[in-house]
Amino acid sequence: MLLALAATLIVIAVLSIDIARGPVSRRVRRLLRRRAEPGAIPVGYDPGRELRAEQKARALLRSCVDEADWEMYAELGFLRVWGGEDDPVLRDGDDEHAYAYLIYPHEPLVCFVPASRRLLNEYCVNFPDQSRPYGSARLPASDDVLAKWIALTGDERRLIGAAEMHLPGRLVDPERVQRDLWRLDRWEQARAVRARRAGSLTAP
Amino acid sequence: MKFLRMMPGHGELLLAEGDPSVREEEQELIDAFREQLELGMWAAVPTAAPGGRRRGRMVTAFGEVPRDAERVIFFPRAAGG
Repeated sequence: MLLALAATLIVIAVLSIDIARGPVSRRVRRLLRRRAEPGAIPVGYDPGRELRAEQKARALLRSCVDEADWEMYAELGFLRVWGGEDDPVLRDGDDEHAYAYLIYPHEPLVCFVPASRRLLNEYCVNFPDQSRPYGSARLPASDDVLAKWIALTGDERRLIGAAEMHLPGRLVDPERVQRDLWRLDRWEQARAVRARRAGSLTAP
Repeated sequence: MKFLRMMPGHGELLLAEGDPSVREEEQELIDAFREQLELGMWAAVPTAAPGGRRRGRMVTAFGEVPRDAERVIFFPRAAGG
């Protein structure tokens, strides 16, 4: 009797293991696959450390760009940089800029025509730190923005020469860019109104 | 003059600090500058352009850094993709 009960328990245990093996192994495989995906959370990722790094990066960005640019980034989440600033043919005393870039953190630069909002190209560029001090080569988001800003305003040709050029829409959703350009217009109008009001209040 | 380096998981890191008008400190700055370039970093100085707009100025040698610059920022060189 005891022997029969033990045998039954063993059979039940073996069947349970066999039934559970499928879903468990699938779950383990899925977990391993997720860890190996590009952009997945790297080993040793510390959200607190990353947050502190991002706060420092934001402070550094703020100390480098114009006040209006900082407000643009803080409120809209991207920066606009005029293109061809050093090109005498493109500037030629004209106040209109032939083209400009939108800088998003950890996304390609988007080049567009300000007057028509036509998208021209995407420039895929990043700044990988191969020393990987904490396991990742990725700069904090605001450092990535600052690196793009400083390189674009300092030596546009050099940065664009290092980037991979693609047609618009390959990595950045064009509808989102159009929405962001519309938001930028609205933001600039509101800012101009605020500046006028402040000016009229302080005028004698 | 301060040398700052952007770093993953850290934000900026102070690499060196010195007065370029003091000979010994200038040499330390030159050595630190060279070391970062050898590590594959790009270097830039935040400046104000005529008219007041701020912008970056890329530098490839210590001699190109304006003497009155407060900061030189090092960051990993750009790569496509």
